[in-house]
Amino acid sequence: MGEMVELKKELLGGVDLAEQLLGREKPVKVEVEIKGKITKDMIEEISRIKKEPEWMKRLRLRSLELFYKLPWPKWLTGIESINLEEMVLYSRPEVQGPAKSWDELPKEIREYYEKLGLPELEARFLSGLSTVFDSETVYARVKKYLEEKGVIVLPMEEAVRKYPDLVKQYFMRIFPPSDHKFAALHGALWSGGTFIYVPKGVKIREPIESFFLIGRSGEGQFEHSLIVADEGAYVEWIEGCSAPRLSRFSFHDGMVEAYAHRNATIKIITVQNWSKDVINLNNKRGIAEDGARIDWIEGSIGSKITYVYPSTVLKGDNSATRNTVVTIAKGPHIKDSGSKVIHVGKNTRSQIINKTISADGGINIYRGIVRVLRGAKNATANVECESLILDDKSKAHTYPHNQVDEPTASVNHEATTGRLTEQQLFYLTSRGLDEDEAKSLVVLGFLDEILGELPFEYAQVLTRVVQLEFSKYGAFG
Amino acid sequence: MGLEVVNLTARIGEKTVLKNVSLNVNYGEVHAIMGPNGSGKSSLAYVIMGREIYEVVDGDILLDGESIKDLPPEERAIKGIFLAMQDPPQVPGVRLSSLIIAAANKKLGGEGELGRPRDPRILKRMMELAKEIGLDPSILQREVNVGFSGGERKRSEILQALLLDPKIVILDEPDSGLDIDGIKIVAQYINKLREQGKGVMLITHYARLLQYVKPDRVTVLIGGEVVATDGYELARLVEEKGYAYVKQAFRKGSAQG
Ligand SMILES: Nc1ncnc2c1ncn2[C@@H]1O[C@H](COP(=O)(O)OP(=O)(O)O)[C@@H](O)[C@H]1O
Ligand SMILES: [Mg+2]
Repeated sequence: MGEMVELKKELLGGVDLAEQLLGREKPVKVEVEIKGKITKDMIEEISRIKKEPEWMKRLRLRSLELFYKLPWPKWLTGIESINLEEMVLYSRPEVQGPAKSWDELPKEIREYYEKLGLPELEARFLSGLSTVFDSETVYARVKKYLEEKGVIVLPMEEAVRKYPDLVKQYFMRIFPPSDHKFAALHGALWSGGTFIYVPKGVKIREPIESFFLIGRSGEGQFEHSLIVADEGAYVEWIEGCSAPRLSRFSFHDGMVEAYAHRNATIKIITVQNWSKDVINLNNKRGIAEDGARIDWIEGSIGSKITYVYPSTVLKGDNSATRNTVVTIAKGPHIKDSGSKVIHVGKNTRSQIINKTISADGGINIYRGIVRVLRGAKNATANVECESLILDDKSKAHTYPHNQVDEPTASVNHEATTGRLTEQQLFYLTSRGLDEDEAKSLVVLGFLDEILGELPFEYAQVLTRVVQLEFSKYGAFG
Repeated sequence: MGLEVVNLTARIGEKTVLKNVSLNVNYGEVHAIMGPNGSGKSSLAYVIMGREIYEVVDGDILLDGESIKDLPPEERAIKGIFLAMQDPPQVPGVRLSSLIIAAANKKLGGEGELGRPRDPRILKRMMELAKEIGLDPSILQREVNVGFSGGERKRSEILQALLLDPKIVILDEPDSGLDIDGIKIVAQYINKLREQGKGVMLITHYARLLQYVKPDRVTVLIGGEVVATDGYELARLVEEKGYAYVKQAFRKGSAQG
């Protein structure tokens, strides 16, 4: 792949959006760090540090074996440019327990969150917020009414210790470590992340957010979040990620598992804005029982390379999902995305909306899979892929894949590619907009229907992000 | 004062499309540019607006005595030139109202989000004006030129010209594809622009529109060259005798203004 060679050649220059926001990496005091060869001893040490029950340690070790055994996934290119054995695979910053107030955090860490506007967002809009810095949760707070309603929101490792029986039922059973080599690696090394359990019939309208920050170069982040909505429950979880500008690549191999019981609804919104030295791999999967619904909205803006494929298994009858994925590849970056849906139950419905924007040599790749199993009577799936390409240097590729084994199912696929033409650009500039403004107008127009669906605060964030991306102060303007 | 095109030679790729073209567009006047298909009328409009696929080989373009030749299109727009394109492109995703708001904001200058009107009166004005020129105001919520009829496209361009309050308005065949009622409405607004004191460069292929907008000056362009410049009579001559005749007649000697 010539494109990959180009990518590797591109050294660290220019300023990306994450850097505009967070600046460059600053030293943060570290209490424990683990690096080197990934061995059984290393995994056991992590498990010991976390005071884990035996079953979790065994899950880690089983994952490690799978990691050794499984082949390198063919679809993952670009990861070979990082050497895992040179990376810090576990890094705990010097913070006393998860803090309950921002003042308790060391200044260097707190400043990052302030620049991201998290304290304000929390106060105005969220029912709970946890932040993970490197490998551990450093801040966690929820509004009181959540506890009163029996909602559990905890750092993942605390949930493993406090509610082992609950966690065990789901943890890496939705996304097993055997799925691929890096799911196995995740299983062995996972650290940080959020556990959410919403009891029967409880509906939480204010979102809960978790924010993941990679604070150092050459780090691996393997956070694991698990969202469980019991029968008839409703929950919205927002996941944000960012990093300051780093001097060497860091690697993200996180996982999100979601389980929606009968008639429950889980909505997951991701705003990914890693700096461009982060190689970003995500493992995201949900299972929906009878009448349940899981919606994913993924906004993927930053990073050097991103692999993200939110997936839903529509296990129960009448379950539904909508996967909305928006990726922006601007500059010499790759976004490899796609939604996956497996229809198992009857009358299951899925809708996939994938929108990609390629600019300044960016490459977007869509790989979607819709599988309708035999017996998923009257399942319907609609896939819409739209690519917007802003110049001749940039590319978008679409590889949809449908496998339909049920004769009564209906699967529709629509793909369109729009290229911003010289004529359009001239037309817009002739109205007084400069080139960047013209492009951001076109991009925002392209995203209009999706912006309309996001919570207001996040639509605003995304709008600003797009404007910044296409402003002269942006990376490659 | 106004727009001055001075000895302008321009090309696109290998092809020279304008050869030593000179003409003025004065404020409060309509200057009609006529010429057969392919004679360089649209090219002239694009070069004045600064479309980058054209290369200015020689000559200059002045607005109020100042050269704008080296400015990008957006700066020419902000200085007060507006081009209503002959065949404006579709811009999927972008609502007409968003484009107008962004353009009006730029015209006003200053900082802030492009999507939020800096002068909120623009919202009301665009609705009213749309109605006045015979557009259903719901068109403002549609994507720019996507699925617009020929007439809607032309009127939407005129609407923008009126809202953005330029000094010089270049209208590239605003009458093509319109029925007689459409032509009358467009003519009415061209006259209005002139009354407002704007300089109007009116490119047209047929003299029909000129029955309703009496130009102050007429220039005939053939093969990228100005072959004749005169008053309204020239338009009638073109209509009666055709371009070939005009070319002949003027080559034979009459000095032009
Ligand atoms: N992109 C282009 N490349 C090469 N020649 C062009 C291009 N666009 C226009 N032309 C040529 O330039 C000449 C003038 O065209 P144009 O300005 O559109 O004329 P008019 O508007 O008078 O019909 C024509 O001969 C046309 O074929
Ligand atoms: Mg023309």
